[in-house]
Amino acid sequence: MTRRVFVCRCEDVTLDEIDHAIARELTTIEEIKRYTGLGTGPCQGRECMVPLARLLCERGLAEPATVQPFTARPPTEPVTFAALASAQPPYTGAADDDKDPEAAR
Amino acid sequence: MSTSMGSPRAPLPERVDIAIIGGGIMGLGLAHNLAALGQRSVAVIERSYLVSGASGRNGGGLRMQWGDAGNVALMMESIEICRGLAQELGINLWFRQGGYLFVARSEASEARLHRNAELHREVGAPTRLLSPTEAQAIVPHLDPGPIRAATYNPEDGVVFPWPFVWGYAARAIDRGVVVRTHTEIVDLLPEARGFTLVCASGERVSAERVVNATGAWSNQINRRLGIDFPNRPHRHEILSSEPLRPFLDPLVVDLDSGLYFSQSTRGELVTGISLPDVDGYDDDSLALHSSLRFLAVLAARLTALMPITRSLKVLRQWTGPYDVSPDGDAIVGPTPGHPDLIQLCGFTGHGFMMAPAATRLVARWLVRGEAHPMLQRWDPARFKGAPTSRREDMIIG
Repeated sequence: MTRRVFVCRCEDVTLDEIDHAIARELTTIEEIKRYTGLGTGPCQGRECMVPLARLLCERGLAEPATVQPFTARPPTEPVTFAALASAQPPYTGAADDDKDPEAAR
Repeated sequence: MSTSMGSPRAPLPERVDIAIIGGGIMGLGLAHNLAALGQRSVAVIERSYLVSGASGRNGGGLRMQWGDAGNVALMMESIEICRGLAQELGINLWFRQGGYLFVARSEASEARLHRNAELHREVGAPTRLLSPTEAQAIVPHLDPGPIRAATYNPEDGVVFPWPFVWGYAARAIDRGVVVRTHTEIVDLLPEARGFTLVCASGERVSAERVVNATGAWSNQINRRLGIDFPNRPHRHEILSSEPLRPFLDPLVVDLDSGLYFSQSTRGELVTGISLPDVDGYDDDSLALHSSLRFLAVLAARLTALMPITRSLKVLRQWTGPYDVSPDGDAIVGPTPGHPDLIQLCGFTGHGFMMAPAATRLVARWLVRGEAHPMLQRWDPARFKGAPTSRREDMIIG
């Protein structure tokens, strides 16, 4: 196997880049995410986070029982702005309507 | 051997000249600037990991378009620093000067833009007043219908916040600054000169001067000494979309709703909006959860102003805390009653863009005693007297 292994295919993060982060003493998933961009693409870490967790455990940098994933960010899957713009109360309130800029004067 | 980027195992010296609490852009930018001036007896102590707070959660915008001359001049300085910073730090900051386009939909906002354009001309910032048609020439997908006027400054821009902060950290560590992560300060014990900091690990560090660079968390440090500044945390939400090929040059701000959006160099649309406080809901906390309300309100405003975004998909949303001071000005300088405790907080949601200039001028003041006009305005002692009447009105989000 060559060293050019893509761990995060969305953001093109290679095993070499993860090794580089670890060499800089960044050894938690949150830190490696912020140093390499891993897990911030369209799949939101579904593909790359587990391999990263395994790698940290194999190297003795994390324990399987306590290794923490990074914070999951909504939405669960990509949603269009048009669908979100159609949300009705109770998800929005009266205060959230766009004020008629002229009426607000 | 690669340089460390900060570690829970970095040995803490028993004493340093300057201890900085907080490993965000303020603390690390200050450490970098202190080290560049030859002050290398510096330790940065971060409770969590670097960029874990607002520095890793903001939209990365930098603009000269402010409402008063001091802030315009400060941001001209910050943007000038950014032009050479990638080379200075040896890291790609993804700095892109696509400009900022402010649009006004009401007469009141239009008057603000006119006033700003005049002020910016006096200070020397290249802001231009535009008609709705001219605004549409810069952002072709805007619906010009409701727009009354716009201003555009081509030198405003965006960065990717993460590498920016890593860059400051690496350069500071190269020069001998200690960066200790995952270490909470649980007490500050005043000494004849300076303080002894007590870490949750039991370790102690004596410092002649201590800098509170913990942003929205700064009250927690200050209250240990019985100090209560009027800055308060405020939740602010933001999101990014799926990445697209470049289609949007400037960061666009709708002054009337507080909606802003830009396309990052990574291709994502990064966007947020001012959300009015809701009765019975405490927005004054440091809870960093996300809301569907934010997505719904933002999507309604965005798709109205920029209809082409209707089919674009939201990928991820998150929250960061603004550190809001009552007059909108930062709280920077010696603490009344504790002159060896230096405040570097209260930047009201705009600390990231101000940090390049702010941390340089604070380093020059700490090392050389050099004055800067902003230090007078940011003086933490200003809250003791009558409230000031001035309030910056170009705070977005």
